[in-house]
Amino acid sequence: MIKTLLARAHQGHRTLAWPDGPPPELPDRFRGLPAIDAARCPDGCRACADACPTEAVSLSPAGPRVDLGRCLFCPECAEACPEGAISFTRDYRLSVRRREELVFSGEPLPLATSLETELRRLFGRSLRLRQVSAGGCNACEADVNVLSTLVWDVGRFGIQMVASPRHADGLLITGPVTRNMELALRKTWDAVPEPKIVIAVGACAIAGGPFWQSPEQLGGAAAVVPVDLFVPGCPPHPATILDGLLRLLGRLEKDGRVAAR
Amino acid sequence: MSGPRLATLRNGSALPLAAVPDLPFEDLRDAVVRETAEGNRLVSFFASVPEPASPASSRAGGEVELLAVVADDEEGTLGVGRARLEGERFPSLTPACPQAHWFEREIAEQAGVVPAGHPWLKPIRFHSSWREGHDAWGRPALAHPVPGVTDFYRVEGEEVHEVAVGPVHAGVIEPGHFRFQCHGEEVFHLEISLGYQHRDVERALAGGPHKGTVPIVETIAGDTTVAHAWAYAEVVEALAGVAVPARAGAVRGVALELERLANHVGDLGALANDVGFLPTASFCGRIRGDFLNMTALLCGSRFGRGLIRPGGVGFALEPERAGRLAERLVAGRRDALEAIGLLWETASVTARFEGTGVVSPKDAEEIGLVGPAARACGIGRDVRHDHPHGIYRYVHLPVVTASTGDVAARAAVRAAEVERSADFVAEQLAALPETPARVPVGPLAADSLAVALVEGWRGEVCHVALTDGDGRFRRYKVTDPSFHNWFGLALALRGEEISNFPLCNKSFNLSYCGHDL
Repeated sequence: MIKTLLARAHQGHRTLAWPDGPPPELPDRFRGLPAIDAARCPDGCRACADACPTEAVSLSPAGPRVDLGRCLFCPECAEACPEGAISFTRDYRLSVRRREELVFSGEPLPLATSLETELRRLFGRSLRLRQVSAGGCNACEADVNVLSTLVWDVGRFGIQMVASPRHADGLLITGPVTRNMELALRKTWDAVPEPKIVIAVGACAIAGGPFWQSPEQLGGAAAVVPVDLFVPGCPPHPATILDGLLRLLGRLEKDGRVAAR
Repeated sequence: MSGPRLATLRNGSALPLAAVPDLPFEDLRDAVVRETAEGNRLVSFFASVPEPASPASSRAGGEVELLAVVADDEEGTLGVGRARLEGERFPSLTPACPQAHWFEREIAEQAGVVPAGHPWLKPIRFHSSWREGHDAWGRPALAHPVPGVTDFYRVEGEEVHEVAVGPVHAGVIEPGHFRFQCHGEEVFHLEISLGYQHRDVERALAGGPHKGTVPIVETIAGDTTVAHAWAYAEVVEALAGVAVPARAGAVRGVALELERLANHVGDLGALANDVGFLPTASFCGRIRGDFLNMTALLCGSRFGRGLIRPGGVGFALEPERAGRLAERLVAGRRDALEAIGLLWETASVTARFEGTGVVSPKDAEEIGLVGPAARACGIGRDVRHDHPHGIYRYVHLPVVTASTGDVAARAAVRAAEVERSADFVAEQLAALPETPARVPVGPLAADSLAVALVEGWRGEVCHVALTDGDGRFRRYKVTDPSFHNWFGLALALRGEEISNFPLCNKSFNLSYCGHDL
C-alpha cells in the first residue's frame, strides 16, 4: 500500500491543461495541416501528385490540392517536391463537418462547427459514443482509446466511450468499412436510439485509407451511415480527435479556447 | 536423416526460385512433417495461384502451388520447398503436424482446394476464393460469404449453454466473434471466428512494389507498423541485393524496441485494469503514450509511419535528437518499472493472474505459439536470438522466458522485456554508427524468393515474397504473429471461468486485422 502511495506521488498529476491551457507540444516532425506555396511549383511539375500513394494530391491550375480525407500524412509528397512547395505544418486542427471541405488548397480549413441547437443542447455536456472498428488497423482505435487515459481524460468534457450501442448517442467509426463489417455496422447503427450522430475517424473511415482500391471495403463510413464529423489522419493524433469532438459539441471557440458554458 | 531436402536460406535473404526444390506434394508433406516432428517450426505455408488472365494456369501440373517455410531455431536457418498440386485436393498435413491447421484453412479459403482429412476445415476470413469457380466448400461463386455464418463446435447436454459474443464487442476494440460452450461458469470450449477486418492485404500487395505498398504494409496491423515495415524492407533489400547502412540498422532496432515498449507497457496497464488495480492501469496508460511519443520524435508519427523504408530509414537520427530521446527513455523506463513493479506487490493482482488461462508447453509447441505467449510457456523462441538479422546480429538481447504458461507468466515476460528493450535502446542511442540513413534500392531480382522474420512485440512477423519474370511480386505472403496465437487463446480458456475471458484475452492481446489481412 505504501509503495502504491509513493508511486502515486512520484507519477504525479498528468492530465493536460489543454484546452484551458496551452495545447500539447507536438514533435518537430509531426505532420499536420499541409502548407502549400503554389508560387514555388516548377512549370509542369507533377512530383507531389505522382508520389502520393492514395491520389490525395491533385494538380489544379492554381497549384496542388490535397484531399485531407484521402491523405495519409505520409512524407512522400513533401519529400518528392524539389522546391518545398508542399510541406506539413504542426497544426493538428483538421476536423470538418462536410466531406468536400477536406479538399485543401491552402486557404484556411473550415474547421468543424458545432451541432445544431437541439443536438448541441442534448449532447453538448454529455456525449456517449460506441466505437466501431470496421477494418481499422488498431492505430486509430489506439489513439481513440488514449483519450480515455488520464492524460486526455475526455470524461472531464462529459464524453464517454460505452460498450452498448443502446447506451450511446452515436458511433465513432474507424476503418474503411470492410464488406465483412457492413452488416454489423448497420445493426450497431440501428441499435443506437435517435437522435444520433456519427464521427468518422481516420483516412480509412473517410475514404478507404491505404485500402481505397480494395474490393473488400466500401471506401469509408459514409457508404453506410450519415457522417457528422470527419477527423483526418493516419491515424489522427489524439489532439486532432479531441479538437474535433470539442468543436462538434460547441465546446471550443474559433481560437481554440474553451467556450463559455 | 534421409528424405526429401528443402532449400536452405537465412533470415532476410533471397534465393532464385530455380533453387527452391519443386517437389511432388508427398515429398513436401513428408519434409514438413519430419522437420516439425524434429522440433522445427512451420513459419509459413501458403498457396500461390496465378492471376485469372495469367498464362501460368496452362502450365504443366495443376495451377495451385504450395510453398512451405520451416524454421530451424537451433541452427538459425530456414528451409523452403514447394509443390504443384495435381487436382483440387491434397492430403492434409494437420493430423501429423498440428501447426499446419490454420495455414491449411487459409489455403483452402484462398485457393479453393481441399486439404482432405483436415479435422476442422472452415473458413478463417470469409471471402470468396481467389480462383473463380473453385471453392473448397462448394459455395456459390457470386455471393460474398457472410462472416460468422458457419457451423460451430457445439457441446450438447441439458446443462450446457452457449454464449456468443461479437463481432462488435466491449470497449474500443476490433471486431471478432467468440462462441463459448459453457457448463455453468466453466468454459468447455471456445471457438474464435474472425475475418471481419479482412481488407485483402495480400492481393493488394501482389503486383508491387508500387507506391501504395508501404502504407499498406504499415497498416497490416497498425500497432505493429515497425515490425511489418521492417520485414517488408528486408524482403525488398534481399531481392535487390542492398546492404542497409549500420546507422539505419541501429535506428530500426531502436524503433522496433520502442514499439515493444509502448505495447508491453500498455498491455500490463490493461491487465491491471482488468483485475481492478487502477494505479498501474492509470500510470501505464500514460507511460505507453510517452513511448509512442518517443517514436514520434524519430519520425513525426506515434506509430512509426514513414520511418522504415527499403534501403534504410526515412528520417535521420541526429546526435541532438538521440540525446533528447535518451533522456526521455530514462524517465520512461523508470516510471514504467515503478508502475509495473506494483503488480507483483499487490496480492489482489497476483491472485487473479496466477493459474489463470494456462497453456501447457506441449500445446504451445504443437500449435506453434510465438512471441511472449510462447516464452511464457518456457519456450525460448525469439527471432532476435534464433534468426538474428540487422542490428541483432551484433547486439544480443537475452531471451526472457517464464514457466507457468498463465496470465502471470505472460505478464512477467512482458515486464522483463520492458527492461531489456529499454536497456537495448539506451545502448544503441549512446553509440550510433556514423553512416547515412538510407541508400538507394535498385530493381528486384526476377523469379526469386525472399523471406524475412522480425520479432514484433506479439511475436514473429513473417513476410515471404515471390517475384515474377519482371521482378514484381507475384505472391506476397504475410503472417502476423496473431495468426499462430489465436488458437492459443482458445486453449487458454479451456476449463476456465467465462468471467476470466477478458483477462485471458488481454494477456494475449492479439491483432484482429493482422490475422484478417
